Amino acid sequence: MKRFLPLIPIVLFAVFAAAMYFGLKNDPRALPSVVVNKPMPEFNLAPVLPGQPGLAKADLVGRVSLVNVFGSWCGVCVEEHPTLLDLSARKAVAIYGVDWKDSPAEGAAWLNQRGNPFTQVGSDQAGRLALDLGVSGAPETFVVDKHGRVRFKQVGAITPDVWRDTLGPLVAKLEGEP
Amino acid sequence: MKRRLGVVAALACVASLTLSQAAWAVEPGEMLNDPRLEARAEAISKTLRCVVCQNENIDDSGAPLASDMRRLVRERVSAGDTDDQVRAYLVARYGNFVLLKPPLQPDTWLLWFGPAAVLLLAAAGFSAAYLRRKPAAPAPAPLTADERKQLDALLADTPPGNTP
Repeated sequence: MKRFLPLIPIVLFAVFAAAMYFGLKNDPRALPSVVVNKPMPEFNLAPVLPGQPGLAKADLVGRVSLVNVFGSWCGVCVEEHPTLLDLSARKAVAIYGVDWKDSPAEGAAWLNQRGNPFTQVGSDQAGRLALDLGVSGAPETFVVDKHGRVRFKQVGAITPDVWRDTLGPLVAKLEGEP
Repeated sequence: MKRRLGVVAALACVASLTLSQAAWAVEPGEMLNDPRLEARAEAISKTLRCVVCQNENIDDSGAPLASDMRRLVRERVSAGDTDDQVRAYLVARYGNFVLLKPPLQPDTWLLWFGPAAVLLLAAAGFSAAYLRRKPAAPAPAPLTADERKQLDALLADTPPGNTP
């Protein structure tokens, strides 16, 4: 026993070093979300596109959907857009848009220029719904089940890989739920 | 003289930096009319983390999201929420991460008590090592009469002024 005593500091150091090493690989921006598995907050957003409906919580009930938080000011949203358009064209899932901290006019111009993947788009200019959803940046996408409950939060752009590996299988699973 | 100018310039730089830090990010339009509510909202804001900049509180942060959060804090304060209720409102949406001071709960015990525990462990280790140290070598035998005489002779030879 006694001859192992000098090893204790070395073992402690190794454990500490390993913890630090793996800590380096943590993404400080990947925050745990507390809204997952909670019902969507109540909301009723004004339309972004003139003559079209806005977005309210009641619109989400009855089918699995993605709620995508975007903004015309958001650079990564531009990168994400083709993927959303593709999903929408394939009718893979219903996608709803939340135009966050953006004037409806600029949001509408952005969608008119790049194409509109959204079934409905609402304007969250004051950022109130985003606060209720714990949004910390755009784009963020919430996977909402048939009962209007948030089941997953995707921080950052949806890429074809993210859809294939994470969101697609999850949506398929949620479609199968009663 | 030149050096003094340099010091003055350096001090001015430091002063301007600290002064600019003191300028709040709270915009005049966000402030509440009631100074007591405003003071409370400010105090609460200083305990909330800006989730965009992460190491800044929302009272200091210039991020648009921090501005939204400040407005929300003022809305809740005006609605009659206590300080803890306002914080709970944000924690329900952003999680404990939004609090700059983590709450004391089982999964943060390590965080709160870890350093003290390590210190105690180290103290215990050192005490154990100290208590188990080998006893000091026995005191040397007293001088014999001959040795004493020799020593006195040597001391007497020491020239004056050279004594320790």
